[in-house]
Amino acid sequence: MKQFDVIVIGGGHAGVEAAHAAGRRGARTALVTFSACDLGVMSCNPAIGGLGKGHLVREIDALDGVMGLAADFAGIQFRLLNRSRGPAVQGPRTQADRARYRSFVLGHMQQAERVTIIEAEVTDLVVEADRIAGVETADGQRILASAVVLTSGTFLRGEIHIGDERIPAGRQGARSSLRLASRLEEIAHSIGRLKTGTPARLSAQTIDWARIGRQAADADPVMLSFLSSGPAARQIACGVTQTNRQTHEIIAANLHRSAMRSGNISGIGPRYCPSVEDKITRFADKESHNVFLEPEGLNDDTVYPNGVSTSLPREVQEAFLRTIVGLEDVRILQYGYAIEYDFHDPRGLFKTLQSRALTGLFLAGQINGTTGYEEAAAQGLVAGLNAAALALGLDEALFSRADSYIGVMIDDLTSRGVQEPYRMFTSRAEFRLSLRMDNADQRLTPIGLSLGCVGQRRERAFLEKMNRLDALRIRLKDHTVAPAVLQENGITAPSNGSRRSLYDLLTLSGVDEHDVLRLESSLRDAPAEDLAQIKREAVYAPYVARQNADAAMLRRDESLTIPADISYDTIPGLSNELRAKLKASRPDDIAQAVKIDGMTPAAIVLLVSWLRRGAAVHERSA
Amino acid sequence: MDTIVALATARGRAGVAVVRVSGAEAMTVCAAIAGSVPPPRCATLCRLRDRQGDTLDQGLVLVFEAGKSFTGEPVVEFQTHGSPAIIAALIREILEIPGVRAAEAGEFTRRAFDAGRISLTEVEGLADLLEAETEAQRKLAQKVFDGTAARLAETWRDGLLQAVAMLEAAIDFSDEEIPDDLLRHVRPPLETVKDAISRQIAGRQASERIREGFEVAIVGAVNTGKSTLLNALAGRDAAITSETAGTTRDVIEVRMDISGLPVTLIDTAGLRETADEVEQIGIARGRARASAADLRVYLMASPNDVVARESQDDIVLLSKADLWNCPGISGKSGAGIPALLSGIEERLATRASGSSVFSRERHFDKLRRAEVHLGAALAALDRGEFGWEIVSDDIRAAIRSLDGIIGRIDVEDVLGRIFSSFCIGK
Repeated sequence: MKQFDVIVIGGGHAGVEAAHAAGRRGARTALVTFSACDLGVMSCNPAIGGLGKGHLVREIDALDGVMGLAADFAGIQFRLLNRSRGPAVQGPRTQADRARYRSFVLGHMQQAERVTIIEAEVTDLVVEADRIAGVETADGQRILASAVVLTSGTFLRGEIHIGDERIPAGRQGARSSLRLASRLEEIAHSIGRLKTGTPARLSAQTIDWARIGRQAADADPVMLSFLSSGPAARQIACGVTQTNRQTHEIIAANLHRSAMRSGNISGIGPRYCPSVEDKITRFADKESHNVFLEPEGLNDDTVYPNGVSTSLPREVQEAFLRTIVGLEDVRILQYGYAIEYDFHDPRGLFKTLQSRALTGLFLAGQINGTTGYEEAAAQGLVAGLNAAALALGLDEALFSRADSYIGVMIDDLTSRGVQEPYRMFTSRAEFRLSLRMDNADQRLTPIGLSLGCVGQRRERAFLEKMNRLDALRIRLKDHTVAPAVLQENGITAPSNGSRRSLYDLLTLSGVDEHDVLRLESSLRDAPAEDLAQIKREAVYAPYVARQNADAAMLRRDESLTIPADISYDTIPGLSNELRAKLKASRPDDIAQAVKIDGMTPAAIVLLVSWLRRGAAVHERSA
Repeated sequence: MDTIVALATARGRAGVAVVRVSGAEAMTVCAAIAGSVPPPRCATLCRLRDRQGDTLDQGLVLVFEAGKSFTGEPVVEFQTHGSPAIIAALIREILEIPGVRAAEAGEFTRRAFDAGRISLTEVEGLADLLEAETEAQRKLAQKVFDGTAARLAETWRDGLLQAVAMLEAAIDFSDEEIPDDLLRHVRPPLETVKDAISRQIAGRQASERIREGFEVAIVGAVNTGKSTLLNALAGRDAAITSETAGTTRDVIEVRMDISGLPVTLIDTAGLRETADEVEQIGIARGRARASAADLRVYLMASPNDVVARESQDDIVLLSKADLWNCPGISGKSGAGIPALLSGIEERLATRASGSSVFSRERHFDKLRRAEVHLGAALAALDRGEFGWEIVSDDIRAAIRSLDGIIGRIDVEDVLGRIFSSFCIGK
């Protein structure tokens, strides 16, 4: 019998971050996975980052997680999305070489302190006195720990559909996983069903690359980790081609044979990732859709055709793909499919991702209804930090909508639940102007340091950077320029005749770091990236002040906690509908209650006044 | 919670007065005063008695059970004769019952709100409805109560939501197949909504006038018959609702109702050159009041007088027309008074028609903020795509300003718009 502080079940992106984070906080951690080869596997599109997602990766990195470093090691096509737009909505993204990604993650985990990788199949949870005590494996062994993080992805009743074929996914059907599944059903708030799809994989050798467009990597690549200085692997281009009328005709003629549309699938799919069948039906007036041909690695013949996910029968997939320019003779390595799976309603979790129903059990990743590696990894990080906290008696790691995209996601999941596979967008973050990918370290590394999950190398690099920025900020604020000098340099700034500081000038939309360098050449000794960073924060300075006021209101609402044993039936004046919704979502605080679908200001006033009245009664009787 | 009691109808002598009691002890009060508790929601004629058994009055008693009353609590209403003496005695008697106290201002409404019987906008509209003295005031209050204001704000939110959705699509899905000309759809709704909000803010003065009453000043030299005219207007064709002496001894106000519009007539001190310091002050104050009034009626002492009108809308009349045998007005004979009344009504009605559907300071505060944010959004839009997220932030701030009036915006609303409008997903 083995004893650990924390056990992590599953070695996907959530499991890896969870185990690594728990280890960083000092917990003796076991990562139990069916095979060590599963670590760092990218089961869908081989890319990391993007809009919103890139923010999550930067935040994971700021807390010294794995994903950013792995992506930078494996990146073969770095592109900064929204480069021409404001820094708050830029998102770093890279195509990743699958093999490099896996090898980095495996190596990183093997070297991680206090983390033991155990190859075994978990068949059941060990529960003693209403709290978790460990797990049981297929060979009858018990591994004990006071906290368990379950990151089992789509294994719960996963089913793959290709046309009218139905194939059990993962370890479905094995007696063992059924036991684990029924255990989860016992504690689940509710179980929902989701679906998602993937395109066929193509052989690169059979694509006529000369006939299609190219999308090159950025000349000036932006990394995902704050610790990386440049790409580690050779950079390549992706191909771009399009569907056409003939493609659409073939798909339309076979729509009834698509698993997604045949009625075989009951799960809800994501609106932002429609199958090609959905695309041509819902947007019938569009004559063509882009298809990005993304190589899965430097030494890999596999190409991922991004944009044509499908669950049509095999021969139809082949037929419609071959109508596309460049794919006339394409060979399919693996057919596209739809996958349907159960998820655990995340409203059954606290903000630590611990189950409300079973003390010591944490859930993270796709099992909570999210999609995407980045979303899974960020949850894994939160669950790992908090599992260690529970096991070792440390502070909980709580994130707020006001401090991070991680906080936005955790709050969305635990207070609203999931209606479709949950993906991060920048528009979900109401404090978007402050929660930028460029300042993720400034926002979160101090939190990580106080939680004790940031290693020495990052701590040193972070503190050095902060010192440099502080010194530079002071220089920029101290150095003032006369209006006449501004005019000579062709800088138009609203003037009241007095001198302005260089920092002040940077807040203007028409002034950038190059202008500042022209005005004061001694600043050339400062790293260009530091100047650029100060420009980024200066751009938003006036708006961030406004957001800070809203953030303060949010924190006030977050501080109005709702007792777990509140009886909504005793609050008069609530509509039955809202009463039912409050009972279902069990908000932890007013900030969460406010966001319940259909919530009215009047009902919030009722709730707040009820809580205040309750507090007053309590004080009187005390 | 305490049981509360108050006079629910207007103070002063009236045909009928309603005394309302709400709270846990309401039925105890009913039994003590009326001798028994009649069936709910069934007006019953009862003899109302004091503790000694002496009759206070005979009146209708109306009982509402908890959950079916205005406040959500048990409620009893006594409809008595509207004599101040009877009302005072009845309330005094009720207050003797343990657990009962006098209601604070607006407390019935607040309890109704706390019980979820009415929404916040309704509370505010209702407060005005209860205060409404005239038909026009009632209509304005009714507009808010009905949710006209809420519906309007809802329409604006819808327009702003559309604008935000277009921007967010351009930001969050820039690597997807979305049209290049999305920004074309951002500016028009912003401008439309901003203009509409500005119009509502501009209509505020008229709204306030409907709430507080229009001021019409009668101006003229001494002895031009201003007071006679005031008395004639007040006494003959208008209903006096209240009469108060002005803050100075020489500005007299009379509140009256002209075709449903609440009007305060102001009689100012006669204008003349004088060495009397006190009279000078009076004249100066009269001038200031007249100048601040919504409308002025100038009385000319003779057909040859020249009057400098404050505004084109002001009315100039020859006074004591009976003496001059000319068209004009006479407070004494009543000649010209109907024409004057309809002249005042016509002018004020024009102004009232531009009134805002909003009535509360809280609402205008939010509207002003929304207007500022939309101005900022339009300015940021001119700076190009580098500032799109700032435009979005400004529009969201504007929407949040409107939230207090109607409810909340949700990111899911924005995403829903995006996904139903564009083919997202490579």
